Amino acid sequence: MNQGRNLFRAIVLTLGFAFLYIPIVSLIVYSFNESRLVTVWGGFSTKWYGALLQNEQILNAAWLSLKVAALSATLAVVLGTLAGTVLARFGPFKGRTLLSGLTTAPLVMPEVITGLSLLLLFVTMEQLLGWPKGRGMTTIVISHITFTMAFVTVVVQSRLAQMDDSLEEAAMDLGARPHKVFFLITLPIIFPALLSGWLLAFTLSLDDLVITSFVAGPGSSTLPMVIFSKVRLGVSPDINALATILVAVVAVGVLVSGIVMRRQQITRDRDAQMALAANQQMIDSLKKG
Amino acid sequence: MKGLLKRFGVGGRTFVTAIPYVWLLVFFLIPFIIVLKISFSTTQIAMPPYAPLLHWAGEKMLQVQLNLGNFAFLVEDNLYWMAYLNSIFVAGVSTLICLVIGYPIAYAIARSNPSTRNVLMLLIVLPFWTSFLLRVYAWIGILKNNGLLNNFLIWIGAIDQPIQMLQTDFAVYVGIVYSYLPFMILPLYANLEKLDLTLLEAAADLGSRPWQAFYKITLPLSVPGIIAGCLLVFIPAVGEFVIPSLLGDPGMLMIGKVLWTEFFNNRDWPVASAVAIALLLFLVIPIMYFQRAQDAETGAGAHR
Repeated sequence: MNQGRNLFRAIVLTLGFAFLYIPIVSLIVYSFNESRLVTVWGGFSTKWYGALLQNEQILNAAWLSLKVAALSATLAVVLGTLAGTVLARFGPFKGRTLLSGLTTAPLVMPEVITGLSLLLLFVTMEQLLGWPKGRGMTTIVISHITFTMAFVTVVVQSRLAQMDDSLEEAAMDLGARPHKVFFLITLPIIFPALLSGWLLAFTLSLDDLVITSFVAGPGSSTLPMVIFSKVRLGVSPDINALATILVAVVAVGVLVSGIVMRRQQITRDRDAQMALAANQQMIDSLKKG
Repeated sequence: MKGLLKRFGVGGRTFVTAIPYVWLLVFFLIPFIIVLKISFSTTQIAMPPYAPLLHWAGEKMLQVQLNLGNFAFLVEDNLYWMAYLNSIFVAGVSTLICLVIGYPIAYAIARSNPSTRNVLMLLIVLPFWTSFLLRVYAWIGILKNNGLLNNFLIWIGAIDQPIQMLQTDFAVYVGIVYSYLPFMILPLYANLEKLDLTLLEAAADLGSRPWQAFYKITLPLSVPGIIAGCLLVFIPAVGEFVIPSLLGDPGMLMIGKVLWTEFFNNRDWPVASAVAIALLLFLVIPIMYFQRAQDAETGAGAHR
């Protein structure tokens, strides 16, 4: 009985992960292919990486994308943390439903709708206020903040909902002002969630094609826009090389942040245990005395 | 700063609430109102390419010109109907396939021992962190006529001639299922992991067979996870643009592609806006449903 269940589990997981990973592995393998025909093996070569490093269009687009992603992820974490805190900690207030709707709708909203609506907003704003002048990095960053902060909000909100709030209450009882409690108690505890929220926002921004295409002006092509226009014409091996670099960066990033978080967790657990032990000792000595 | 705020009767709380609130109102809600406005406007060869709705006609007479032509156009032209219906059908079928594939995977992970569980979930989420666009691109290399899959099938002798797979509906389904599968697995796993196993033990003690226990206990209890996963896949898939334009037949009608073409190729902003409004009207109910489910999940500690 149990054996059958284990077999079922092994088969399901093997097939599932094969489906998820074969495409990625194939991208990596063919990035080292000598032949221009992406699926015919013509021997090992790293020449496509060289070609990639000489492709100014791709390099410029990648640089713009990195700048946009870093900037918008940082601001999205600030706004998303505020929104998550308001939703998880402020209790019911007038307009809470609207706020929670505005933070969850971007998670599922088809990107063509978000992109079109943001573009029309920017055009209208330019007509009425004269800002933003034209479209470019500013409009891309504003759009990316808007759709990525929703993801940060969900991450922060669910972390706060899980979190034991007795520490916060204790600090309040001891007379700390709310903002002090937030910066000294809440923020350090939810920091891993902020970190993963930032990484999530960064990745989503780096990857976005549809919204960006609507709000980008001429001369501000991001990396996905360049990739999309190249890929539309067919497969090209230097895109495989680019994909491999991205996969490697992500793998390293996830691994490092995983290790860091684990370490922090271990330290925190140890601190908590020490605090408990100290507490116990005190109680014991009090009892003796 | 604080004194200033106090003087206006604005507490710290209101201030903290106002920042994200105002941002979302300005950059998420108001844009939809503008889209609605422009969907009633007429096309004009100018920049921006639409006529203003309001204009002053003579002495203090504000004239509003509502043009319902764009919506009439959507209703009359079969192309749009076909595109809407086809998008809903494709998204619906893909959601079902995601559920059928994702449920056993989520179930298998939730029943693994706790230490492998986290590693397996990390492996599920990991592809999501690599570029979506590049993962769709990978399927071009697999599905094309001299691609990996056809070569493999010829090599094992299943077929003699390559089958046309790229630029078919099949490729679009593969692309959508592949890209959105993690979104199905995540909420399902979160739900199945919480399942109280003693319920299953009790069922077994009372003589029910494992599949009976699954059908009568696990499945009904996992309905919230199923709904969350399905909405998370279905809603964005209806408006999907990248997957059908890279993997599908160029003539395949999907509403996301239609909107894109109206906007970028035909430069018809009012019709593009009308397409967006009609799509939004259809999606408003599932989105609100999703929002309620999401709020129940994450906002558990909100109403203290």
